[in-house]
Parts: sequence; structure tokens; C-alpha cells
Amino acid sequence: MTTVDTAIGTTKTMVLNMGPQHPSTHGVLRVLLELDGENVVTAVPDLGYLHTGIEKSCEDKTYSQAITLTDRIDYLNPLGNNLAYCLAVEKLLNLQVPKRAQYIRVMMVELQRISSHLVWLGTHALDMGAMSVMLYAFREREEILKIFERFAGQRMMTSYIRIGGLALEPPTGWRELVKKFIDAMPAHIDEYEALLTENRIWKGRLEGVGYLPAEQLIALSTTGPGLRAAGVAYDNRKMFPYSSYEEFEFDVPTRTESDCYARYMVRVAEMRESVKLVRQAMAKITDQGAYKAEAPGIIPPQREKMKTEMEALIYHFKIFTEGFSPAPGEAYAAVESPRGELGCFVASDGSPKPLRVHFRGPSFVNLQALPFMVQGQLLADVVASIGTIDIVLGEVDR
Amino acid sequence: MTQPVSSNANVVVEHLRSWNASSLEQVIEYRGDTTIVVPKHLLLATAQHCKEHPELQFNLLSDATCVDRFPIEPRFELNYQLVSIPLRRRICLRTYASGQQPVVDSLMPVWLGANWLEREIFDLFGIHFEGHTDLRRILLPDGFQGFPLRRDFPVEGQR
Repeated sequence: MTTVDTAIGTTKTMVLNMGPQHPSTHGVLRVLLELDGENVVTAVPDLGYLHTGIEKSCEDKTYSQAITLTDRIDYLNPLGNNLAYCLAVEKLLNLQVPKRAQYIRVMMVELQRISSHLVWLGTHALDMGAMSVMLYAFREREEILKIFERFAGQRMMTSYIRIGGLALEPPTGWRELVKKFIDAMPAHIDEYEALLTENRIWKGRLEGVGYLPAEQLIALSTTGPGLRAAGVAYDNRKMFPYSSYEEFEFDVPTRTESDCYARYMVRVAEMRESVKLVRQAMAKITDQGAYKAEAPGIIPPQREKMKTEMEALIYHFKIFTEGFSPAPGEAYAAVESPRGELGCFVASDGSPKPLRVHFRGPSFVNLQALPFMVQGQLLADVVASIGTIDIVLGEVDR
Repeated sequence: MTQPVSSNANVVVEHLRSWNASSLEQVIEYRGDTTIVVPKHLLLATAQHCKEHPELQFNLLSDATCVDRFPIEPRFELNYQLVSIPLRRRICLRTYASGQQPVVDSLMPVWLGANWLEREIFDLFGIHFEGHTDLRRILLPDGFQGFPLRRDFPVEGQR
């Protein structure tokens, strides 16, 4: 049990327990706060209430089966988790993914980024007392989930990105669907900004709150919007491009204030960049072409081939009964999730099940900065700081 | 397939070789990624050098994780993913720890962010980090018996 030692009677401080059932901890985070009046002396996060042992479970599944588990790590970014895992396994297999599939992947994860930032924006505004923003943000998020449902048959736990490509060919009429959403989105972002950006209460609650200098954030391994709001343009999509991101034109928004307000501004700007990226990806995606790689024994063969070719039928049977066995090796793949660097480490021992699957969850690592952010600040600012770190407890605890 | 972005990583290897040749036990090039196997007693010094030397500047410890190769000895393999933001490089440092004495130097003095990453490894693999200031379980309850990510820990849990 995590505790904070206080010498009763000798100091003026008191210990306040926040969570694990507190609404603004966005799940089941528990923070023990030592308070001097209304000022925070120390904050000790206590994690693990949502620990489900996903990494251990992955070791008992075949490489393809483990994809469904990755969805459930950061449940606001399932496609991003799929992508990190698939990139790592593809690295192990030395598998080339067709360009068309790579562009569809980019489109999907950028839509996912918008939807994740929308949930963040809505819930964070709710934490700060602005109820209406959530209703607007969830309205647009619903449209994105409808797009995912058309593509993958699932709204949230999509498992759409698979090893070697995608689960399915995009549905008929997907272009109109995505275009309609993307055309409307910039005006919606203007709406949120009209509600918040110059709002006196919003600025009063966020400006100057949760400040940490860039050097300290880097020392604490913080990545993502939190680091970019401190003026460090570290974005995996630009620094270490994957999935053909080097062919796209986009900016990495940064701010220099490194407070909660700067993190808000960075996320809003990122949504606009994601809209641009989705547009570019749509232009690159051809109507015809492969949506998954050709790799007998690893990627399930096409349905038609199974009916005419004996080998295809055998491969199909073998893939779904025993899986495939990559050569022994270890691969680490990092993608830029809405929260920062999402890394996936996969080790193979040459058997059909991974020896080790590890997720470097940005929520988990970024949360380390919380005690430093809130030290000496007011109790109410703890809520603002937790909010702008943007944690997803499924990813923190895994 | 990711691009071989760390192709300039051999600069790092050459630099470390001229700094202290014994710090490079083995250099593994795999699919465009470079992994440097460091002897356990030189891990902290090598990490410090990687962070502070102006030619390397690995200022971000992105990830630390462990692989259990039970029953092979040394069974524990620790991987540290280092990123140099100014020089746009990635490299992996690796060291091994035995099952009888799973003790490794903590990298907290170099990167403060190693704190929770090492606590997670301690929690799930039972590896002790020498010099860690706050080595407690992080995900599992304090009274938990055993280390679930070890290969000899059953998937369905212990009774």
C-alpha cells in the first residue's frame, strides 16, 4: 500500500487521498497528496488498479492473435497500438507492406488521433467545468467511430491493422464518408476554439499551471504534446518516419510556455495537422491495389485462391491452427501515438508465440512528470495537470 | 516496414570503441537497428557517456525492458532504448543478468525517467536495480508473491 509519511502533530500538512474512483483521474488512478493548506507538498501516484497482464497474455497467443489484445491497451488509440505491434512483428519478419496499405494505415491512425484528442478535449473541459465542449467533441468523435465501423466492423476495438497490411479492403463509398467528415472538421475545430481559446475561465485555470522546463521533461522521458508544448519538436513521424510518413507534408506544432494551456494549444493544432494528413492520404490511396502483403505461410491467402490452389488451402489451415514462426530476433518499433512515443518491443525465439511483447506506453511514462508538475501548486491545479498529461489508464497499467 | 533511420548509428559504435573498447561486448545490426551489448559493470558508465558526450547526446531514455530467456543463463536480458533528439539517432543498449543474482545498476542517476521503467521491471521480473532511490512494486499490489513476467510463472497465475 502506498503511503505518505507525515509526522502528526509536528507539521501542518495533511494527506488527501484522490482516487482511484475520482472522475477527473480518467479511470482508476490514485494520487496521494500531502497538502499544506491548499498547496501540494508532495504527490505520489499509485498505479495498477487496471493491471490486466496484457504483456503476459500476449506470450500465450500466436502473433496474429495478440493483435486483439493490443487494441485494449490504450483504448482511445486502438489503431495506433495495432500499428506499433504490427510494425515490430513486420520488422521481425522483414516483411514489406504494400504502399496502398501503408497510406490507409496513415489515414486510419490520423483519424484515430483526431478522435483521441476530441475525447481529451471534451473530458478535460468537463474537468475544468465547461460542460458544453464535451457534447460538441463527442458529436464529431461519433462520426469517426462510424467511419471505423464501416472499415473494420467495430467502433472501438477495431483490430483493423494486421501483420502485413490490413484486415479488410476499404468498404465501398469510403471516400465520400471520410471526405464528408474531413471537410466539416476544420469548422468544428473553430467551434471548440471559439468556446475555449480566449475563454477567461479556461485561460485562468490553465495558464501557468503544470509548468516544467523542457530539460526536465526530457530527463523524465516525457514525449508527445507535453514535450512539444515545451518547445521540443520531437515527433516520431518526422524524426524516425514509419509507414511512409516521410512522403507526407505536415507541421509539428510546438509552443514554448510548457504549461497546461500550451498543451491544449498543441493538441488543437495537431488536430488540424491530422486533417491535412488524412486529406493527403486519401489522395494517395488508389482504388485498386493490394491491401495486404503476399507472404505465403504468414498472411492468410485470398479466398478465391483457397478454392483453386492446394497450397493456399494448406497455408490457410496452418496459419489459423499453429500460426507462423519468425526467425529468432528482437525488434523495437516506435510510433507517435496521440500521447507520445508508443513503442512496441517484440522478441521471438523461433516459436509461433512471441517470447516477449512489451509496450512502452506514453501514458505510463508521461505520468512520472505529475509529482514534479504539481509540487507547490494548488490542489485544483492537480486536476488540470493530470488532464493535460492525457493519461489512459488502460495503457498506464496494461 | 520502418526505414533504417539509425544508419548513422555506426558513428556511435566507432565513438564508443575509441572511448572504451571493453564497453562493446558485441554489436548487433538487425534490420537497420543497432544494439550494443555492454558488460554489466560498465552499463552505468556507458550510459552516462552516451548521454553527456557532445558527439552522442542521447538525452532521452525512451524505454527499458527485460526479456526472460529461462532456462538459458544468463536468463535476463535488459534492453534500453536511447534516443538523441538533437542528433536524430536511436540506439539500444543491452546487458545481461543471471537468474541467481539479478542485480543491475540503476540508470536513474543518468536519466530520471528510468525511475518508473525500472520499477516496472523490478515489479514484473524481480530484477534489483542498485542505486534506485524508490524501488517498490508499481503495478502489482505490495503483498504479491512472485514475478509474473518470468517465463516460469504460469500464465493462468499461481494458486
